[in-house]
Formats: sequence, structure tokens, C-alpha cells
Amino acid sequence: MKPRQKRMAFLALGLVGLAVITALVLNALRGNMVFFYSPSEALANITLVEHKFRLGGLVEDGSLVRESDGLTVRFIVTDLTKSIPVVYTGILPDLFREGQGVVAQGTLGLDGAFHADEVLAKHDETYMPPEVAEGLERAKSARGATSDQPGI
Amino acid sequence: MAVNWFKYSSPPAFYPLAGRLIPWFAAAAAVLALIGIYVGLVVAPTDYQQGDSYRIIFIHVPAAWMSMFIYLVMAVYAGIGLIFNTRLSGYMARALAPTGAMFTFIALWTGALWGRPTWGAWWVWDARLTSELILLFLYLGYISLYAAIDDPRRAARASGLLALIGAVNVPIIYFSVKWWNTLHQGASISLTKAPTMAATMLTGMMIMAVAAWCYTIAVALMRVRCEILEREVHSEWAAEQLAREAR
Repeated sequence: MKPRQKRMAFLALGLVGLAVITALVLNALRGNMVFFYSPSEALANITLVEHKFRLGGLVEDGSLVRESDGLTVRFIVTDLTKSIPVVYTGILPDLFREGQGVVAQGTLGLDGAFHADEVLAKHDETYMPPEVAEGLERAKSARGATSDQPGI
Repeated sequence: MAVNWFKYSSPPAFYPLAGRLIPWFAAAAAVLALIGIYVGLVVAPTDYQQGDSYRIIFIHVPAAWMSMFIYLVMAVYAGIGLIFNTRLSGYMARALAPTGAMFTFIALWTGALWGRPTWGAWWVWDARLTSELILLFLYLGYISLYAAIDDPRRAARASGLLALIGAVNVPIIYFSVKWWNTLHQGASISLTKAPTMAATMLTGMMIMAVAAWCYTIAVALMRVRCEILEREVHSEWAAEQLAREAR
């Protein structure tokens, strides 16, 4: 082998090794790399109770209730299988909407409610003009089906 | 007409070629950026959810694409330099780094400006944002390592190795939104499915992306010409070139 080919083989082997190591490390860290848990994951994981974590899902349609103090809100976060009620006192982001994605940080209390101290809105990767969105909405209600799941 | 491309791997042959290409790419970048901004800010419709705040996408996405792509190109040049001991590839890798770092910074900065009104936070430590921040540190590390070693050939070797090792981060950035739950949304454009964007928005974004490409090529060629002259100043052709340009 010429020195040039040796160097090439050495670099290729090194990069492949590095890729394998990275894949193994990322795989091992899988549980720690989660930005949020879905309601199903949170309810299945008993160790999360009374610990701080982030809960992500869709705000259930019609679940948003404002308390009389004007700042405290209650809503239900669902992943369409399980759902968890959330209590939050503070200002909601502009994109917070019923039926849209949300990520709340806080603790799941023994009362079964999630007490959030931060609420972030999650939007999906769909961008379209309002007229198109309305058109899609009309077409959907005309069909009478709501099977299309909004992106989360 | 057969062109001997290998001819241009020699700095004296590449220097004038780069000089001829720069004005074309610079002009294309300026024209395309103006068209892209016009399409993005005037022609493209508002978004049904985000209103006008989504318009930062016309800067954010091209910058983020370039930040990842430039790193890969840099790593390939670094690899070629390490394997074949060619001078020009080392110069090219070094010339690309500052532009890559700039685009990474722009992607992070515009992302923060976009995140605040939509998500409700300037910054979150999710996988996409964190890995992009690591990319910025890789660029800065590459630039500093190159500058820290006096012997230019040793500097090129050491930083080239860093560039190659850091390349594993690029697929992590790209696939982070797929592999993990992130606050950052997934890709609107991918090879496997139709884009989830209105056509005019997509057009504006693509024009801006091509403008970013042309800008990068023009700036990298300018920087590589400077690097060639600096490094080859002791050779006859470079001294002649310098004398000609001084006149």
C-alpha cells in the first residue's frame, strides 16, 4: 500500500469507529435526551411523580378554563390516548391554542394534576396562508371526518 | 473540450480562476438575495397560525442549511488535504470556516428571535438547538486551533482532524428532530415527502438558499486567494502576482 492509501484507510477506519461510538453513546443516553414526555409516558413512569419534568401533547379542544384571577389557566394535555390536567399561572405564548401542541414544564402532583411553571407552544412544520387553512377546514367538516391529527 | 480539472488543484492555476469566478457569484448572490427578500416579505402570504412572524424562515432556514453543509464541505476538504497532502484543500477548508461560523450564528440568533414570539422562549435545551450550538463551538474551535499553531502545515493537519471528527455532529443536528422529542418542529422539506409549505413560501426560501450558496462561494474564494498569496509569498509566481497587483 502506498502511504496515501494507508492514510486514507486510517482516516476511513477512524471515522467509522467514531460513528459507531457516537451511535452507541447516543443510544445509551436515549432516556436523558428526551425534551418532553407524552401523557402516556408520564403516567406509565411512576418515578416522575413529584419530580420536575416537561409534559408535551395537544391541548384538548374545549378544555381551556380561565380562573377568576385572570392569570391562572387550566387545560388538559392529551396524546389522544391518555390525558393529564394542567394548572398554570402566567402568560401563555401567542401560539397557545386548543388543538395545538404544547410543552409544559412542572411537576405532576399527587392530586393527579400537572402544576406547570412554564408553558411553551409547539408548532408544526406546516406553513400555509389562512385561506388555504380555512379551505382545508371546510373540506374536512364537509366530509364530517376529523381523523386528521394535527402535527405535534 | 476536455478540461484538466487537476490543473486547478495547483494554487498558481487556481488563483486566477478564483479571481474570474468571484464577481459572477457575488453578483448572483446580491441579485438572488434581493429577489428572495422581495418574494419572502411581499409576495408570500401570511401563515395561518403564526401570522407574519414565520417570515424569519427566509433567513433562518437557508442559514441553518448552510451552517451544516459548509461544515461537511470543510470536512471533505480537510480529509482530502490529510490524505493527498494537497495544499489547496487545506486553504479551502480554512477559507470556509468563518462563513460557516457566521451562518451558524445567524441560524441560532434568528431562531431565538423566532422562538420568543411562537414558542414563548428565546432558548430551550432541546436536541436540535443544543447540537447546533455545538456546531458553532466546533467552527470556533477549528478557527482557534488553526490560529494557535505557528507551523501552517501542522496547523492544517491538526485542525483538519478536528473538522473530520466534528462532522459526526452534522447528521445529529439534521435528524435530531426525528430521533428525539424536541420543541423544534420537524423538517418542512425532505427528500422523502412533499413539502408542507405553500408554494410561494417555498420559492422564496429556495431563492434565498441559492443566494446563500453564491455568497458563500464568492466569500470563500476571496478568502482562499488571500490565503494562497500569504502562504506562497516566497514562491516566484506569488511574488510576481503581488507586484502586478501593487502596480
